[in-house]
Amino acid sequence: MRYLSIEPTKPKVAVFDFTSCEGCELQLANKEETLVDFLKAVEIVNFREVSSAKSDDYEIAFIEGAVSRSDEIERLKKIREKARVLVALGCCACYGGVNKLKNAFDLSTANREIYGNYPKDSMPVRAIKDVVPVDMEIPGCPVNKEEIERIIQHLLLDINYNFPVYPVCVECKQKFNVCMFEKGQLCLGPIARAGCSAPCPTGGLGCYGCRGPAADPNYDEFFEIARRRGFAEQEVNERLSFFGGFNGIAMGVQK
Amino acid sequence: MKTNLNVDVHHLARVEGHGNIKVKVENGSLKEASWEVVETPRYFEFMLKGKHYTSAGILTARICGICSIGHCLASIRATENAFGITIPEAAQKLRLLAKHGETLQSHFLHLFFLAAPDFVGLPSAIPLVDLKPEIVALAQRLKGMGNRICDAVAGRTTHPVSLQVGGVAVMPDKQKLLDLKGELEGSLEAMKAVVELFKTFQIPDFVRETEFVSLKGEKDYPFIGGNIVSSDGKEMPEADYRKVTNEYVTPNNTSKWCKFSRASYAVGALARFNNNHKFLHPAAAAIAKELGLSPVSHNPFMNNVAQLIECVHAAHDSIRLIDEIVKMKPATQTMEKVQAKAGTGVGAVEVPRGILFHCYEYDKNGYIVKADCVIPTTQNNANIHFDMGSLVEKFASAENMTDEKLELLCSMLVRSYDPCISCSVH
Repeated sequence: MRYLSIEPTKPKVAVFDFTSCEGCELQLANKEETLVDFLKAVEIVNFREVSSAKSDDYEIAFIEGAVSRSDEIERLKKIREKARVLVALGCCACYGGVNKLKNAFDLSTANREIYGNYPKDSMPVRAIKDVVPVDMEIPGCPVNKEEIERIIQHLLLDINYNFPVYPVCVECKQKFNVCMFEKGQLCLGPIARAGCSAPCPTGGLGCYGCRGPAADPNYDEFFEIARRRGFAEQEVNERLSFFGGFNGIAMGVQK
Repeated sequence: MKTNLNVDVHHLARVEGHGNIKVKVENGSLKEASWEVVETPRYFEFMLKGKHYTSAGILTARICGICSIGHCLASIRATENAFGITIPEAAQKLRLLAKHGETLQSHFLHLFFLAAPDFVGLPSAIPLVDLKPEIVALAQRLKGMGNRICDAVAGRTTHPVSLQVGGVAVMPDKQKLLDLKGELEGSLEAMKAVVELFKTFQIPDFVRETEFVSLKGEKDYPFIGGNIVSSDGKEMPEADYRKVTNEYVTPNNTSKWCKFSRASYAVGALARFNNNHKFLHPAAAAIAKELGLSPVSHNPFMNNVAQLIECVHAAHDSIRLIDEIVKMKPATQTMEKVQAKAGTGVGAVEVPRGILFHCYEYDKNGYIVKADCVIPTTQNNANIHFDMGSLVEKFASAENMTDEKLELLCSMLVRSYDPCISCSVH
């Protein structure tokens, strides 16, 4: 297969999981109609969730999950040394994800309440880029397999992939959805990055911003809309902190 | 028993999450046989504190990437029970259909991609793309069908969006449902091919008497809510789940362990089959017979077979549900009005790996004061550990036993439970 007279490479790919639900890895095995093509386009050499074969010889490492324990830091650094390209796969890897909600409470209290006399080792949640350099971040909770396929196509041909810069509202409108605000629901669509094809508003749920902020989000105007529609600061701020992508952004706080 | 054997598996492959196996036989006696869960804890019960009821199901879906629909269903049921809400009949049917989609998706993922490679001597299903494309085509088709049902009903397979407190937010497109019905009908023949494939698999001959816990069917094979039943003859309402689960913490596991009438118990497809086989669709019951599974089976490796039987049942029941849903009027209500109030509620749901409990205490404004989630694999971990000792005692003395063969057997034992390890720690 040649494209523009370029022969695509068949890179050796590894997939590793850290603190997460492993749902993003699962997406790699989904979209069954093109799964065989996907498996033929790359050479999967290390992917613990689906294979007991293990190789340390890989070029691209996909990392799912965040870092929340000291042994994960060591593991991640070793992977970084071996991988030519390190990709953060999904919201937990890019931003810490919902795991990051735990950074807001006292860990020793939580440990005592949940584990009693045998507290477990844990530390504040960090995104992958806070521990090692990351070459590419694929956002989403979970990631969108169609987008993964487009990215793989770009990687194979060594072409730069550009993520959408526009907000979820654009893709939501393309689906002819009634605005979630009109239905009385809070929605981060106006400020969240698109690329997901807006499955949440399409399914009747306001956006939670799992892909992080769009380019140049107009937060002031968004807060004004939320205020006008009667949403309390607490609710808006809970939504903004949900997936960890809107770090430091909060309604009612002077910038 | 062979004089010396040693198995040390760090981060077992082809399971969800991180666990280790250690076995040591010295001078013919068993020194150690352990299953340890080392997954990083995420403290979900603490994260839930102070969250609004509308976010609880969205958050807890993230406990698990494979059974997120199950978590969401248990979560919204707990909230509805706390608020005293009964959801519309249409929503009940839609939720069960989404549940069946997840069962199909999850069981076929496990059967083809996680369990089957052991039975054909491969490290994964990936080489089958070239070696046995017809098996990969079956896997693609059946697992894909499960995902398409979830997409159509819940808005997305992983981390659903339409399953909300009060019901289901969107009535799925009728034509989409009818297309799925056609696909389901066609899949019944494909499932027969899977049964033939399973007949060629050598299931290890091993039994350990076990207590099986599941929901109790009243008129149907149970999936959402109802009483809890144990094969040791005990029964209680879902609200009393803590009397069954009795979670406790051990020093070497980040997952808790559970016990009921004995030192451990098992949940999952085999437990459901053992306790509720009489409610299976006749076609599923016939396949049980064909594959040599009869209740009560105490062979944990038969959980694989029980999953396949449940797939056949779920496919037939999905066809029935679609027939009933498409007959409903276009404006049929799928959401009940929600009024938050102070109180506590429990939601029990049979998810692919067994019975799952969520329990929330709410303040009067609908914010969570306290939360508790007891996961199927949490309930299975102690049982896997105790099975392992028995398994090693039985097979270590076999002729030609080697470290490698014992490692494979122990790994297959753990995989038979289809553990969701990150879920069990949460």
